Parts: sequence; C-alpha cells; structure tokens
Amino acid sequence: MKPWHTPGLTSNDITSESIYLRRRELIAAAGLTGIGLATSSTAQAATLKSIRNAAFVATDKETPFASASTYNNFYEFGTDKADPAKTAKNFVTTPWQLRVEGECLKPRTFDLDDLLKLAPLEERVYRLRCVEGWSMVIPWIGYSLSTLINAVQPKGNAKFVEFLSLADPKQMPGVASRFVGGGLDWPYAEGLRLDEAMHPLTLLTLGMYGQTLPPQNGAPVRLTVPWKYGFKSAKSIVTIRLTANQPATAWNKAIANEYGFFSNVNPTVDHPRWTQATERRLPESSVFAAKRKTLMFNGYDQVASLYTGMDLKRFF
Amino acid sequence: MATQRKLPSWFKPAVIAALFTPALWTAWQIWQALEGNNDLGVNPIETIIRRTGEITIIVLSLTLAVTPLRQWLSMPALLTVRRALGVATFAYATLHLAAYSAWDQGFDVVEILKDTAKRPFIFVGMASWLLMLPLALTSFNAAIKYLGGKRWQLLHKAVYAVALLGPLHFWWMKAGKQDFARPALYGGILLALLAWRVWKWQQKRLLLVK
Repeated sequence: MKPWHTPGLTSNDITSESIYLRRRELIAAAGLTGIGLATSSTAQAATLKSIRNAAFVATDKETPFASASTYNNFYEFGTDKADPAKTAKNFVTTPWQLRVEGECLKPRTFDLDDLLKLAPLEERVYRLRCVEGWSMVIPWIGYSLSTLINAVQPKGNAKFVEFLSLADPKQMPGVASRFVGGGLDWPYAEGLRLDEAMHPLTLLTLGMYGQTLPPQNGAPVRLTVPWKYGFKSAKSIVTIRLTANQPATAWNKAIANEYGFFSNVNPTVDHPRWTQATERRLPESSVFAAKRKTLMFNGYDQVASLYTGMDLKRFF
Repeated sequence: MATQRKLPSWFKPAVIAALFTPALWTAWQIWQALEGNNDLGVNPIETIIRRTGEITIIVLSLTLAVTPLRQWLSMPALLTVRRALGVATFAYATLHLAAYSAWDQGFDVVEILKDTAKRPFIFVGMASWLLMLPLALTSFNAAIKYLGGKRWQLLHKAVYAVALLGPLHFWWMKAGKQDFARPALYGGILLALLAWRVWKWQQKRLLLVK
C-alpha cells in the first residue's frame, strides 16, 4: 500500500501552508481570550492520517483540491456552487455529535473523536458524479459505513437508513432564507436501503486530500456513496436513523418526478430536464475537451447485484 | 419641454468599445486557459455559457432602455447607439448559442435538436435567437430602405417577444435551484421597459380619441 500523499503533493502543500498560518492565528487568539474556557471552533483543515486502500482507488486523474473545495452543492450555504466555500468559512464543527438511533439494540451518540477512533482510517479515491452532469475524482478519508451501523447492532426490522444533516439557521444562510437555500425542507434528509448502506463502498467520510473535511465539503462527517448521484451523499450529518420504512428524502420531497429515492447513476435514465448519458469531468486534460460517457453505477459494477430483478427505469 | 441635450462625440465609440470588452476579455481568458492558466473557474465551459447568456440579457435591457431614456433625459441623440446595442445583443446571443452547441453538445446537430425538444428552457432560448436573427439581418441602412420604415419597425417589434422569452429562458434554467434572484432582476427590468411602452401606447390612444 502506498502512502496517501504520493499524488498532488504540490497543491496540498500550498493549501496546508495557508491554513497553517491561519491556525497559528487561531491558536494565538484562543490563548489570548482565555485558557480553560469551553471553546467551540470552526472547521480548520488539519492533517488526517490514513492508509490508502488499494481496493477502492479509481485510476482516473484526481481533481485538484482547489476545484473540489470551491465548486460545491451545499444548499444550506447557498445554491450557487461558489457560495459554500465563502459562506461556510466560519462553520463550527467542534464540538460535534452524531446520534445513531432507531431500529437498533445499542443506539449511541458519537463524538467526533469516537468516530475517528472507531476504525482505521482509509483513503479511497472515488468518482463523484453530480446529477447536474459534471463529475470529479476525489481522495476521501473514512471507513465503510457498515462499521458504524454494526456498532449499534441493527434489529431485524431495520430495512432503511435515514441521514439528517445539521440545519442551523444561525450558521447556514440557506436554512435561514428560502431565497438563499432554494427552499428545500430542512434538515436535509437522505436515505439508503440497509443493504446499500452496508455495502463496503459506502463510506462514512471524515476527510479528503489528506485533511479533515472543509466545511463546504460536509465537515466534519459526511456520507460518500459513489454509485449514486452526489446529492445522495449527505453532508454535515448529525443523525443516522435505522428505520423499518423508506425515509422521505429532501430532493424527492421537493421534486419527486426528477429525483428518485435510489438515484443511482444511470446513463439510460435521463433527468426530465437534461441528459444523463454524458458528463463533464472536472478537470479534463484539455479545458475544452468533449464530455465523456457516463457509466452505469458510475462504473461501480460491484453494486449491480443489489438491484437484481429491479426495474431501474421505474425505481430511478 | 427641457432643452435637448447633446451627446459628447466620444459617446458612441465608448459604447461600442464597452460592448466589445466582455467578448475580448473572454477570448483572452480562453486563450490563457488553453495555455494552462485557467482563470475561468472550475467549470470553464459553464462559466462561458452563463456569462455570454447574462451579457445578452443585460445588453437587451440596455437596447430597450434607449427609447425611454431618450425621453426622460431629453436626449433624442441616444438613438445613435441603439443599433449597436441591438446588434451586440444578437452577437452575444450567438456566442452563447455557439458555446452551448460546441462545448455542451459537441456540435452534434441531432443531439441539439433532441435537447431543444426535451428542455423547455432550451426551446425558449432557441426561439429567442431565431426571432432575433431577421432583426440582425436587417440592421443596416439598405435593409431599412428596402423594407420601408413602417414595415421595418413592425418587423423589429419582434424584440418585445424576445424581451419576454429571454428572461423566461433564464428563469426556467434557474428553476431547478429555485435561484430566481437574477432572473427576477432582469425579468423585472425588461417587464418594466415593456410596461412603459404599453403605458405610452395607451396614452397616445387616449389622446387620439380626444
């Protein structure tokens, strides 16, 4: 296994250096304002050690960190893809608690530290296909969500998993105003079938590019489901709930005929308003290269068996 | 009526230079991006398509603002820049259409037709461009002479339809994100400019009746 930082070292260096400077300021400021006080802190990128899991590394060219962290759909922080990087700057992620509850024997509230220690952190390079027709290749850090779900011991009647994101109008302008956040129902809710959630590809994500998650990418803990459109991968999660029935999901509630519960990447099922047969990879080798063909399940054929016998045009 | 104010001699060249600036700036950025200095954002093609579209609607608004501004400012000479503004509206719409056809659709005519049929907002955008085409083609003195002032004016009233379809195109494009701030801004400006014309027309009719 290779260490995580072989590729893209230069751009990582630049980023970490600027954050390094900010962090010192922050530490200095904290020191001045009083030692011993209970403090909360904003999501400052910190190095996150992990070991690359070669079984989950896409061979595609990685998207630069600068692109992956400035072109984000995170409506809580504004609907324009440039918004979250600006408006989420001071997002407070410490302390953070993730409640795992519902149809399980051992419901539990995890602190961020608990999550970081629950399993060895792996680096996995996944393709990310946005429902809007663009895609990136991102080195995430985390471990299979199944580890967390197993820790709370699901009951036999647990069939689905619901994910709820933080909805804090004080920190999130999109939650405070429907004109900023596109008028979705908050909190942002997502869901998976239990077998999808337990699939080894489904990643409980705590970092990317060798660092903790930036706020705009869903700090401090998010989901990454690489064979589904990006919006299925909920960000800044505070609640994971095992349920007997299929949970309502944010985009499905908003526009049911456009966003199905499954939302598997599928080039043969077009979005009602645009094609899903092709995608623009960001970045391509040349700035103005043609779009590439979208692959079934975003190229993750190993999940096909989850949907045997299902009409994926009907259950889109 | 207030005295008519004259335009300084540099006004028209300045307007024409201003109209060329975004196109030249974008061309420079494209050239730089191809050289490896991408300054067009994470998704340069999206940036260019959106930028040319937004400039189209801004210049369209300026074009339609000429007549009311002539009256409010008592500057009938403003008419001298209306043609440049109208032609620039069409030019940016054409760049917008070209960027979409080339980079979004790979110049695949069948795909473009399919996309036009599938997506209402593309259909409306295409219709707007087609409506502007005869106006652009008759934007020189010989065409005005050939058609005769009355018929030429009648033909060019098609711009009012474009003023309705343009913002609708933008509105529909943004509908997926319910991000209506700028479509509402431009739509509001264009609607106000159209409403002013309806009001003037009503006034004129009332005067005639009297």
